[in-house]
Amino acid sequence: MNKYETVIGLEVHVELNTKSKMFCRCSVDYFGAKPNTHTCPVCLGLPGALPYINKQAIEDCMEIGLALNCEISNLSRFERKNYFYPDLAKGYQISQYRWPLCINGWLEVENEKGEKVVIRINRAHQEEDTGKLTHSNGETLIDYNRSSVPLVEVVTEPDFRDTAEVRDYAKKLQQLFRYLGVSNADMERGDMRLEANVSVRLEGTKELPSYRVELKNINSFRFMVAAIEYEVKRQIEALEKGEKLVQETRGWDENKKQTFVQRVKEEANDYRYFPDPDLPVLEFTSAEVGQMKNDLPELPWEKLERFVEDYEISLNNAKILTEERISADLFEEAIKQGLEKQIKPQQIANFIVNQKIKLDSEEDIASILESIANKKVDMIEDESELIRLVQEAITENKDSADAYKSGKLGALNVILGSVMKKSNGKVNADKIRQLLEDNLK
Amino acid sequence: MNNDITNLSLIETLKSLEEKKFSKEELNKAYLERIKELNPKLNAYIKVIDEASEVPVAIKDIICTQNIETTAGSKILSNFLPQYNATVVDKLVSKGMGIIGKANMDEFAMGSSGENSAYGVTNNPWDLNKVPGGSSSGSAAAVAADLCVFALATDTGGSIRQPASLCGVVGLKPSYGRVSRYGAMAMASSLDQIGPITKTVADARKVLEWISGPDGFDSNCIEDGFKSKDLKLKNDLNGLKVGVPKEYFGKGLDSGVEKVIKEAISKLEELGAEIIEISLPHTEYAVAAYYVLMASEVSSNFARFDGIRFGTKREDFGEEVKRRIMLGTFALSTGYYDDYFAKAAKVRNLIKLDFEKAYDECDVIVGPVSPTVAWNIGEKINDPLTMYLSDIYTIPANLAGIPGLSVPCGFSEGLPVGLQILGKYMDEETILNVGEVYEQNTEWHNKKPDLGI
Repeated sequence: MNKYETVIGLEVHVELNTKSKMFCRCSVDYFGAKPNTHTCPVCLGLPGALPYINKQAIEDCMEIGLALNCEISNLSRFERKNYFYPDLAKGYQISQYRWPLCINGWLEVENEKGEKVVIRINRAHQEEDTGKLTHSNGETLIDYNRSSVPLVEVVTEPDFRDTAEVRDYAKKLQQLFRYLGVSNADMERGDMRLEANVSVRLEGTKELPSYRVELKNINSFRFMVAAIEYEVKRQIEALEKGEKLVQETRGWDENKKQTFVQRVKEEANDYRYFPDPDLPVLEFTSAEVGQMKNDLPELPWEKLERFVEDYEISLNNAKILTEERISADLFEEAIKQGLEKQIKPQQIANFIVNQKIKLDSEEDIASILESIANKKVDMIEDESELIRLVQEAITENKDSADAYKSGKLGALNVILGSVMKKSNGKVNADKIRQLLEDNLK
Repeated sequence: MNNDITNLSLIETLKSLEEKKFSKEELNKAYLERIKELNPKLNAYIKVIDEASEVPVAIKDIICTQNIETTAGSKILSNFLPQYNATVVDKLVSKGMGIIGKANMDEFAMGSSGENSAYGVTNNPWDLNKVPGGSSSGSAAAVAADLCVFALATDTGGSIRQPASLCGVVGLKPSYGRVSRYGAMAMASSLDQIGPITKTVADARKVLEWISGPDGFDSNCIEDGFKSKDLKLKNDLNGLKVGVPKEYFGKGLDSGVEKVIKEAISKLEELGAEIIEISLPHTEYAVAAYYVLMASEVSSNFARFDGIRFGTKREDFGEEVKRRIMLGTFALSTGYYDDYFAKAAKVRNLIKLDFEKAYDECDVIVGPVSPTVAWNIGEKINDPLTMYLSDIYTIPANLAGIPGLSVPCGFSEGLPVGLQILGKYMDEETILNVGEVYEQNTEWHNKKPDLGI
């Protein structure tokens, strides 16, 4: 069998949580609302109505672009993407095509071997969402509440080679949107939507394959990864059988655990893009862009690095603590307060992670610090006592120790648990883990 | 019949009301009586509002009026009741103006004769067998026949200035972005502009002051509303440089019209203006570029008429609308975009540059509005290309976004001729001044058609 390489590009759509819609004053907070209650002449596409740009949305899009290392085009414009569909009120979607707001970015992600790779980002552009169709009893109902809600589309180059990269990228984007506070980025609610373009090519070839399969309408990271993995396998098998693969859109059937054809593209759609004459060109000076870049909050990956460096906590702990901006901020606040009580950052980090505490208010800090302070009094700190406990536990859990030595790393947790039990939890788990590893070499 | 009331200009009407020479009830009664008498002959209105009670204004039927049918002259909107007012309507209402009727027009403003209306042709008050011009046919005819104090209309390629010229009234197309377009159904969004058709230039100035300025609904509308400079209007044009483009006096210009225009230019010179011959070299490409760009925008703007949320089925579009939708769809298609849309956009830029260069030498540009006077109803309706070419002198101003004014300046074959005064971008002040000085020194604006009452 030939060796193949996977080629994946991702398109991520994210609905912004601005106050009003992209081009009118209707609220975007439509989730669960009665159909067509968040509408006006503009988002219903009534005759005579015109789009009026929501500046906040543009700023949000620029923040996303800047965070993803994009350049901001000093001249960008909206274009009309023309196609007929009942959920598209105006008969065209206001989007960006030739002059996107943010271009040429990149993001570093981890591949399945744990190596860092760079994913190039082609663009992050601004557009508007469509309405929603519901089909029932042979009838189709249209709800325009979602019509014209601001959307940002982030498009990568076809740089992904495995699903670990895809998952890491998607998670990072979701985390970023939440950090910037521009979207709730909830996949199930459709705030954030993933589309993957998947194809395979013979290892060593440089050209892009002549076809690509678009995976669409998949509303969780897990299903997306499963769908891509299924696709890669299916495509390789087909090529090995000498079959020709075609350009098509496929969905994911979670019950059958397989992808299925949604639409075969005979020819590319002709969207007749042209500059939207209702809207002015967007222009930004480099000073304005520079200011905006300065004003960006610390990004999750920057925070992660700083936590490891400044507070000397483990990478794993730092990842957990920086997952959400609010818990990261509260963690830092706890460090500040802990300092006065001679509690070290590592202790706080360990405590939060070990106890699986979800930090979401100031009150959590006091109780954490109190617990640590109380525990500290009778913590076993004596090194020789700790080693004695560890060795005792290894002898008592000989099977697990052997398993660990033969490569089953998870077995270590059994022995760790035994030490915790013996000491009534009065030991630092990270410390014990270290000692166990040393003793089992 | 109280012609003493209905032949007053807006300024005179406001003054009379203030001086209590007559009441608003009497004012409306006088206009409604006249409409009752004359509209059957002229067909200037698609709908008349009998219970009007403020200063009676005609609104072109492409401008949305809340809870008043707005058809745009099309069968497809025969049942359309807007749920909102256009910005200009709200602005007028806040100034004590009222809607007396919705003015007839070429369907969706597509036409130069008024014949493309699903509600029948409007007749020219000066000769009922002639067209009133278009697309603001009803607005111009209503003003000319004193069926309203003034009218609001739209101008995409000459639709205010040309019917104003053919009906012997004043028409002002403001600079693109001066007046919010919100609520005027779009034909070609980058060219459309709302403006007044009035009995005098001073009236046009007043209406522009009322309707201009931002509203937070049209992204292309500029912040600055039009405010008249507090200059004491001089009664001469000393120091004014008037450019006369040689391209506006070539083949196709009717000799009778040419004679009237040249006399008007002599009058400007007599009033102290310096006349300079200028060149707008890309004029001959304006109509072609316009038809590509306008039709492209039309093809997209008319996609919303899908019969789902409002309106009837698409088959109800008229011939001219269908023609432009197809033309524009073609021009934007893959493989043709660069040859048509992109090239036309370049031509548009060149035309803009033509004007910028010309305005280095002069303050205003003057010439004819229309190459001919009003023609017979039915004469050009089966020859769209000839009809398109009749907009040759008005289209460049739309492409360049500059303001243009049509002022009555004489008669040829017994029919009115309008003088076009084009200004620099956002300089309505100067063209209105020139128009007013000209008007004060001539009698053309006081001529009224004989309608037999």
